[in-house]
Amino acid sequence: MIDTKKENKDFSFSEQNLSLAEYELSKYPKGREGSAIISILWIAQKQNKGWLSPEIIDYVANFLDLSQIRVMEIATFYTMFNLSPVGAYHFQMCGTTPCMLSGSDELKNVLYKEIGEQNSVSKDNLSWVEVECLGACCNAPIIQINDDYYEDLNAVDLKNIIDELRKGKEIKSGSYKDRLTSAPLNKNVKFFTQDEIERISKNRKKPGLEA
Amino acid sequence: MLKIEDKIFTNIYGNNSPLLNSAIKRGNWDCTKTLIHKGRDWIIEEMKASGLRGRGGAGFPTGLKWSFMPKEVKDRPHYLVVNADESEPGTCKDREILRNEPHQFIEGCLLASFAMNAHACYVYVRGEYVNERYSLQNAINEAYSAGLVGKNACQSGWDFDIYVHHGAGAYICGEETALLESLEGKKGMPRLKPPFPANCGLYGCPTTVNNVESIAVAPEILRRGAGWFAALGKPNNTGTKLFCISGHVNTPCNVEEEMGITLRELLEKHAGGVRGGWDNLLAVIPGGSSVPCLPSEQCQNLSMDFDTLKELKSGLGTAAVIVMDKSTDIVGAIARLSYFYKHESCGQCTPCREGTGWMWRVMDRMAKGNASVDEIDTLLQVTKQVEGHTICALGDAAAWPIQGLIRHFRHEIEDRLVQRVFDVN
Repeated sequence: MIDTKKENKDFSFSEQNLSLAEYELSKYPKGREGSAIISILWIAQKQNKGWLSPEIIDYVANFLDLSQIRVMEIATFYTMFNLSPVGAYHFQMCGTTPCMLSGSDELKNVLYKEIGEQNSVSKDNLSWVEVECLGACCNAPIIQINDDYYEDLNAVDLKNIIDELRKGKEIKSGSYKDRLTSAPLNKNVKFFTQDEIERISKNRKKPGLEA
Repeated sequence: MLKIEDKIFTNIYGNNSPLLNSAIKRGNWDCTKTLIHKGRDWIIEEMKASGLRGRGGAGFPTGLKWSFMPKEVKDRPHYLVVNADESEPGTCKDREILRNEPHQFIEGCLLASFAMNAHACYVYVRGEYVNERYSLQNAINEAYSAGLVGKNACQSGWDFDIYVHHGAGAYICGEETALLESLEGKKGMPRLKPPFPANCGLYGCPTTVNNVESIAVAPEILRRGAGWFAALGKPNNTGTKLFCISGHVNTPCNVEEEMGITLRELLEKHAGGVRGGWDNLLAVIPGGSSVPCLPSEQCQNLSMDFDTLKELKSGLGTAAVIVMDKSTDIVGAIARLSYFYKHESCGQCTPCREGTGWMWRVMDRMAKGNASVDEIDTLLQVTKQVEGHTICALGDAAAWPIQGLIRHFRHEIEDRLVQRVFDVN
């Protein structure tokens, strides 16, 4: 749904975001600046508390010298662009099969109960949406809150996270089991130290480096 | 079990620092200049001899793909584009490479770009991987400061620039031509092939698109030799591979293992075994959501490699093993995948746009038991009408999980539908 309230009449990039946007433009060959459209919309969305209003679409179109419809089609095609307001903390809950097998339905119930319907902003400024695979399946189930991943969750962890956010506290991202990234949660797994790896690497035969 | 000496990724869990100092100690950026000075023909021949097959799902030989690029640069520049739009359900290996082994990957980008006469490389990272993107950018900045990339990269005389580009949530952008469209600032809708990207890719220029893992293993293959890599695994399925094990196992994880390891060994040595024991296994999806599932009978001595799985009418795909134990509602699990494909269809081709929605609606009813038994055949027939009739493989990917379900678990669906009739009466 496109929100048509005129909220961002005077939108323009902050100084810092302007230089970020110009950096993005500099990555592409001359005449191909349109390539930066996704990253520039992303910067604009960040500046505008997580969503894009029609005025911002216009602004980005002017910024890139593209027609408004070209920017609009990008903003509607890619699912990470929100066309209506989101909460200060926007929860993206992965519900695809690997997460579903690991209990994402439980998380979904918590989100319904605590925040309400999908794509609506609660009184305490939270919102949530079910998304497709977030690509961290070994740490399922996962929720992305704003930019960070919260992994290996269960209903209790999620309830705690929401409570902490309501109190305005910082929450820790990453795994909620006592676990290093996507390593198996098993005390017998050997992690090699820097020195051990260095020794192993030096002892390897490297015929490719011989003349 | 793969020995640590033979592993390529020695920091995949990030227990050591991803930064340059630490990466050099792990053996990254070791005499990259020497490798470059051996010339592009040598690099491509070594890659061919290693037998490396692309790690993004299709398993196309990487060396051969590199050799398709024009030998000389004419009026159009060459590009290397790396596909880090990892969104295949079950797959989460590239994320670990980007955040924990970025230097290994950047070195691979340099070598691959040199081999294909490309001075510029774009890495397309999926939009959700915000922090991974920052880690990669951080490593790239380090590499620029150290003179490893940029003008006269590694003092080899080769100028090389690498840029991070990101998406914003579209599974379809993992398809190589959709990725190029997206990189050009358009909607991610796949292009018809031919022309192939090696002739007409990014901005109409010769382009090769490779998966992150295929690129990241290249430097070690070149240093340790094609012979070393080819000796691991099985003929035509050589080397090591990152397996992503998720679902109903005791300790889900990413792990690098030799190709052709048996499924049982993989699950029991690394993932703590199937929840409730091996006999509690119902089915696995061996290569990411797009490949058909296999029932436990076919998993007893299953070798995890491209050819074996293809013979069983499944596939190794991205080696994302999704394990389902006997408590799983398998019809519901596959119905959820159908929803995924319905959600991610770009809408360009009619069979896929309409078919994925249709298949999902029927699957959803079947999962609830609200269908008649003869609809199973209708569904199977529709999957055949979608498969092979679309520009890209998303139509196929939506059809295969359902075909696999009907092939192996038809009785499950039938029981459910018959039960429902009894319940209603």
